[in-house]
Amino acid sequence: MEIIKVEGLRKTYIVGDVKVHALRKVDLTVNGGEFVSVMGSSGSGKSTLMNLIGCLDTPTSGTYALDGKQIDKLKKSQLSDIRNQKIGFVFQGFNLLARTSAIENVELPLLYDRRGRIKDPSGKAREALDRVGLLDRLDHEPSQLSGGQQQRVALARALVNEPAIILADEPTGNLDSRTSIEVMKVLQELNEQGITILLVTHEEDIAAYSKRIVRLRDGIKIEDKPVSHVRSAEKDLMEMKDINNGLNGQGYVEE
Amino acid sequence: MRTVNLLKVAYKSIIKNRMRSFLTMLGIIIGVGAVIALVAIGQGTSAEVESQVSALGSNLVMVMPGSSHMGGVSRGAGSINSLTLKDVEKLKSESEYIAEVSPLVRASGQVIALGKNWSSQTNGVDPNYLIIKDWEMENGTFFTKRDVRSRAKVAVLGKTVADELFEESDPIGQKIRVRNIPFKVIGILESKGSSMMGDQDDVILVPSTTALYRMTEGKNVSMIMVSAVNNEVIEEAQAEITSILRKSHKLKDEDSDDFRIRSQTEIIDRVSSVTGALTLLLGAIAAVSLLVGGIGIMNIMLVSVTERTKEIGIRLAIGARGRDVLIQFLIEAVLLSLVGGVIGIIFGILLANGASHFMNMGVVLNPFISFMAFSFSGAVGVFFGFYPARKAAAMDPIEALRYE
Repeated sequence: MEIIKVEGLRKTYIVGDVKVHALRKVDLTVNGGEFVSVMGSSGSGKSTLMNLIGCLDTPTSGTYALDGKQIDKLKKSQLSDIRNQKIGFVFQGFNLLARTSAIENVELPLLYDRRGRIKDPSGKAREALDRVGLLDRLDHEPSQLSGGQQQRVALARALVNEPAIILADEPTGNLDSRTSIEVMKVLQELNEQGITILLVTHEEDIAAYSKRIVRLRDGIKIEDKPVSHVRSAEKDLMEMKDINNGLNGQGYVEE
Repeated sequence: MRTVNLLKVAYKSIIKNRMRSFLTMLGIIIGVGAVIALVAIGQGTSAEVESQVSALGSNLVMVMPGSSHMGGVSRGAGSINSLTLKDVEKLKSESEYIAEVSPLVRASGQVIALGKNWSSQTNGVDPNYLIIKDWEMENGTFFTKRDVRSRAKVAVLGKTVADELFEESDPIGQKIRVRNIPFKVIGILESKGSSMMGDQDDVILVPSTTALYRMTEGKNVSMIMVSAVNNEVIEEAQAEITSILRKSHKLKDEDSDDFRIRSQTEIIDRVSSVTGALTLLLGAIAAVSLLVGGIGIMNIMLVSVTERTKEIGIRLAIGARGRDVLIQFLIEAVLLSLVGGVIGIIFGILLANGASHFMNMGVVLNPFISFMAFSFSGAVGVFFGFYPARKAAAMDPIEALRYE
C-alpha cells in the first residue's frame, strides 16, 4: 500500500529577485511498513521535502498523495487536520511544550482532533508513553528529563494519534551517540510493529538503521536503494554494554 | 480543543507570569474600580441632594416676592414686598389645587435665654406650616390658630436652637427673648438635619401675626408656603397661584408678575440634572482608564505571542488549526480582563464604602453599573486581544518552529 506518493514535486522560493530551486521534480513513493532515510548535505532540499511531505508547506508544482488522499490542493485548515490525523512529527530539538508534563505533551494532538472519537485522551497518552518505555515519567516536565527521554516523549506524541507515517527530522541531531542508538532502537521497534517511518538525517551511521536510503543533492534525487545490511540498534546497544563490562572486568583483573 | 483545556492553557500561561499578569490586570482593575466607585459616589450625591430637597416638604410650592423695575433697571429678587396676608387668605379661599397655605414672616435677631444668647432665624408661620413642611414635633405642642389670632408670644424651637440655649435642661415652659420680646417656649421640633439650604434646625417658629405685627412693620410677609393637593397637580397649582395673585395684585395683562413661584420638583429637577451630568463625567473619565487598561492587555498579549512563537509552531505542527490558536490567545486576553474586572468590582466597592465611611459621602452601589463594567472589561479583552491572537493564528508553522 502506498503511504506517500510524490510525483514531479517542485518547490521554488523567491528570495529578493533570485529564484531558489529547493526541489526540482522529485518523485518518491513510500509503502506501508517501510523505514526510509532521506539523506543529503545541507541545502540539498531534504528539509524542504520533509516540510512538503509533512503538510507544513505546499509545493510550487507536482502532486502529492498521502495515505491515498490527494493533498496538494487542500486549504490551510484541512492541512492542519491532515497533520493531526495522519502524521506524527519528531524534531531535532524535541519541541515539547515547556513546563508541561510528559503526559500532557503527549495528549496534545488528541485535544486538537476534531473527529471527536477519543473518549479517554490521558489513557491513550499513557499507552503511547508505555510504548516508548516512559511509563515511570508521566508527570515529569521536559526540564526534568534527559535528551533521550525528551525525544522519546516526542515519539510518544507522534504515535498517539495512530498516524499513517512518522516523520523524523534529524531526531538524533541533539543527542550523544549512545542515546542516538537508543532512540533508533525505539524507531526500529515501532517499525517492526508496522509503523511507516521517514527519517531525515545527514549521518550515515544513523541511516544504516533504516531499510532504504534516498539521497538528494541540489534538489534532485540522485540515489534510491535499499540498505543491504540493516544494522540492529538493539544488538549495537548490547555490544556497547558488553564492551563496557568487558573493559571494566579486564581492568579489575589486571590490577 | 475543548473549552476546559483552553481555559487550562490560558490559566497556566497567566500563572506562569504572575507579576506580569497582575500588572496587566492592574489597568483593568483600576479602570473598573474607578467606574464603580465614581459612579457610586456620583449617584450617592444625587440621592442625598434629592432627599434633602424633598425634606423641605411634600408637594411644596414657594411664592416669593418678585423684582421691581425702575426705569428699566431690575432691582433684584425681593426688591418689592408684594405679598401680604390678604394674598394668603385669597389663596386659601379661591384655590382648587392647593391643600395648605401658610405665610412666612422672617425676623432675624439675637435670642436670649437663661443668660445665654444665640443668633437665629425667627419665622412667623401658621399652624399648618408643619403639614406643608412635613415636620413633626419632638416635644411639647405647636401653637394653634387661636395663638395666631391673639398674636400670642409663644415659640417653638428648632433642635439646634434648643440645644444651644438650654443644653441639658428642658426648654418647655421656659422664657426666651427675641429682640427683647419675651416668648414662652411651648414645643421643640424634631431634627431635620442640614441641607444645602443650611441648618434647617437653626430656627424659631412663632405665630405669623406675632412676627408680622410685633416684630416687623406689619405689612408684608416674606414668603407664602403652599402645598399642592398632590404631586401630579403641582403645575396646575402654580398656574392657579399665578392667576389668583395677579388678580389680587390688580396687575394688568401687560404687567409682569411681581412674585416668583418655585416648586420643589423644579428644584429637584435642576439639582438632579447637575448631579447627573457630574456622574456622567466621572463615569466617562473612569471609562477612559478602562480603555488604557485594554491597551495594556494588547501590549502584553503581543509580547506573549512573540515569546511563545515556538509553542505556536509546535501546536500548529501537531494539528492545531489557526482558529484553535486564535481562540487560545483570545481566551487568555479575555480571562485576564475578566479576572481584572472581578477584582476591579471588589476594589471599586471597597473604595466606595471607604469614601462613605471616612469622608462621609453618600454612596449608591448600583449592581447594574457593576454588571456593565464587568461586561465592558470582557469586551475590552475581546477587542484588544483580537489583534495579537490573529497575529498568532496567522503564523507560518515552519517559521514558528525555527524561532528560538
